[in-house]
Amino acid sequence: MSSNYGWWLPVAASTYADKIDGSLAILHWAMLIIFGVWAVYMAYCMVRYRQKKNPQADYGFTHSYKALTPDVIILVFEIWLIFFIGVPIWAHIREELPAPPDAIEVNVVGEQFAWTVHYPGADGVFGKADVKLVNADNPLGLDAADPAGADDIVSVNAMVLPVNKPVLIHLSAKDVIHSFFVPEFRVKQDAVPGMKIKLWVEPNKEGLYELGCAQLCGTGHYRMRADVLVKSAGDYESWLAAQKKGI
Amino acid sequence: MAGGAKEGDIMEHTHHDEPFIRKYVFSLDHKVIGLQYMITSLLFLLFGFSLVLLMRWQLAYPGHPIPVIGRFLPDFIAAGGIMHPAAYNTLGAMHGTIMIFLGIVPLGVGAFGNYFLPLQIGAHDMAFPRLNMMSYWVYFVGGVLMLLSFILPGGAAQSGWTSYAPLSIISPGQTVWLIAMTFLITSSLLGSINFIVTTLNMRAPGLTFSRLPLFVWSQFITAILLLFAFPVLQAAAILQLLDRIAGTSFYLPTDLIVGGNILGNAGGGSVLLWQHLFWFLAHPEVYVLLLPAMGIVAEILANGTRKPIFGYKEIAGSFSFIAFLSFIVWAHHMFVSGMKTKLSYLFMTTTMIISVPSVAILTCFLLSLRGASIRYKLPMLFALAFLPMFGIGGLTGLPLGFTPSDVYLHDTYYVIGHFHYVVVTGTLIALMGGIYYWFPKMFGRKMNEKWGYIHFWGTVIAMNGVFFPMFVQGMAGVQRRLYDPTAQVHNLVVQPLNIVMTTSAFVLLLFQIPFIWNFFYSMFKGPKTEENPWQATTLEWACPSPPLPHQNFDKVPTVYRGPYEYSVPGRKDDFWPQDQA
Repeated sequence: MSSNYGWWLPVAASTYADKIDGSLAILHWAMLIIFGVWAVYMAYCMVRYRQKKNPQADYGFTHSYKALTPDVIILVFEIWLIFFIGVPIWAHIREELPAPPDAIEVNVVGEQFAWTVHYPGADGVFGKADVKLVNADNPLGLDAADPAGADDIVSVNAMVLPVNKPVLIHLSAKDVIHSFFVPEFRVKQDAVPGMKIKLWVEPNKEGLYELGCAQLCGTGHYRMRADVLVKSAGDYESWLAAQKKGI
Repeated sequence: MAGGAKEGDIMEHTHHDEPFIRKYVFSLDHKVIGLQYMITSLLFLLFGFSLVLLMRWQLAYPGHPIPVIGRFLPDFIAAGGIMHPAAYNTLGAMHGTIMIFLGIVPLGVGAFGNYFLPLQIGAHDMAFPRLNMMSYWVYFVGGVLMLLSFILPGGAAQSGWTSYAPLSIISPGQTVWLIAMTFLITSSLLGSINFIVTTLNMRAPGLTFSRLPLFVWSQFITAILLLFAFPVLQAAAILQLLDRIAGTSFYLPTDLIVGGNILGNAGGGSVLLWQHLFWFLAHPEVYVLLLPAMGIVAEILANGTRKPIFGYKEIAGSFSFIAFLSFIVWAHHMFVSGMKTKLSYLFMTTTMIISVPSVAILTCFLLSLRGASIRYKLPMLFALAFLPMFGIGGLTGLPLGFTPSDVYLHDTYYVIGHFHYVVVTGTLIALMGGIYYWFPKMFGRKMNEKWGYIHFWGTVIAMNGVFFPMFVQGMAGVQRRLYDPTAQVHNLVVQPLNIVMTTSAFVLLLFQIPFIWNFFYSMFKGPKTEENPWQATTLEWACPSPPLPHQNFDKVPTVYRGPYEYSVPGRKDDFWPQDQA
């Protein structure tokens, strides 16, 4: 797992990770160029126009329409960036939600200080849940009387996903805001109490990754984490088969 | 047109031989109030800095006892000298709150604005001296309450300076924070009204808006920002207070389960509402921190380059444009909050656009160096250091305003690096430059130059050592607000950088000692200085150093020209003060 990480971005393990890395690269190259031009120009001026070299300042140089050039360049660059890079990527990762049967569905619920993952089981239907039924053995409050829940699987602090298959995640939180952050997937989304937020990811590399909490959620925020295992389709099925069903 | 006083009027003496308490404690003189703000805010900055030093120790050496002072800390903060996670969250929340609301804003606006805005417009005081005094004392009460919260039952706030609901509503310590904030907000509102009225009505004869120094422009626009943005937080904070103490549920949704129990009074509230209201203030707040600093940089640059500032109108216009735009960018803090996706397109666009006026200002500052005759005096070094370091802060804002990159960088150390570059290596460096620049005016004495250079170089280098590694950590995915980053595997590789940052932070503290000594020693023992030691052009240099109590000027100055008439061809002196015929 630790080999996924280095002094720059972690390993990219989702289908849209490359797009996000691409926009990070464009922006950082742009920043480097802009800063470089500024820095060189400033260093030149500081040496060339020091008092000893230039005892008489130029009173007249106070206005020039050419000074608007950097503003215009930045504006054009940003408009290009927003409409040709930003909007398409954001629409892709936030609005083009996959749906079963092409995708698997899971519920992910954040609480102080754990992640609970809820699989619908073979019937593809999540069992009913009620907050009044929540207790230590039933963290999601699943209703044992609901037949749809009989084959459901609940996994605490471990999320297992098949490779090369989109996952539709229904994200929520029980108590305070948490944030679903898997660095390798380049995904981050707050889990908000009172809201059920949809997000998706398609893992494209098998491996062991980390799900951290990115929003301050209390004293245990730092240790709120889960393992994310991306397995081959076969291994995923056998993992599902081995889990306890229902409550 | 400027009002207040007529040309050549002798200003009347009204206050002779006041008792100590009227002269130095409950003073109506804007200069004394400015100095009260300055000393108080500098002390708060030092206190807020020392809080973060404890946090930095824990980040570099998680679980190791805090050296030297660890054993004196009470058990609920650091049992056996080892910091408690709740204490870490408290320190984080209070560091942010103190630095922003009790340190930088009162220094940039309360201290510099109060002292120099009336002087630069040739006024004898603020428009409402009593309101001014009240503004300081309300701020003082708010500050004392914040400090008291550390020792009250429940301790100080621990939900971050952003106080996101529902965590803030169920966490101890938040009630006092909210009450203290209402004091601080009230203080800022009183001050902003005063600044606006003073700028509109008290300008000396001849001082039109197009002749205003850029520092006055920056303070005027900052005051407008405060006036429109702060009431929203005031209301939001009161609603949060009611959620805590009156059983209301403005921010609490239905079916909230905390620690296994259903929260009784929760229901129907909106979690995101707090974030919208909070950031509606807190994004303009960034410009409240920044604009006064840019105003100071403009003053020092013109003086140090010995030429008029490049693009005066463009800079003043950009200040105004930034202020306007800053009200419609707030939700870029909420791209991953669960807010409607479509809203992100609008806020991404406005956020990227706001970089244009910032680039315009920086371009004008850089072009001001061309054709200059640069004097490398101490304040000038700070103003010059501001340019590239604010540049880094501004540029690293781009990937955070752009949704595809923000989705990864949001709530990582990249964000922390970004706003510390803006607020510390940018704003705070400029404010320090302002102290060196205006010290002779405030006290009639000069600060020691040699110690000033030591302070400058040590501070600039150490600050970069603290903040630059944060970008690397952020790219590696290290989240902010982690008590022990080593509890998560993905943070381990870049963990050694925490030792670099912590060491740099202690070096930074070390290099503030010459400044503190220099400030207080020079106040009483520094070499005496003349009225206009920097050969500057603006009105504050036309009155004695320090300016006369309650009246500032011997007689009302008349303004004949713009603020930066340096190196005018055909004149013997290379500066032409605004008030000389």
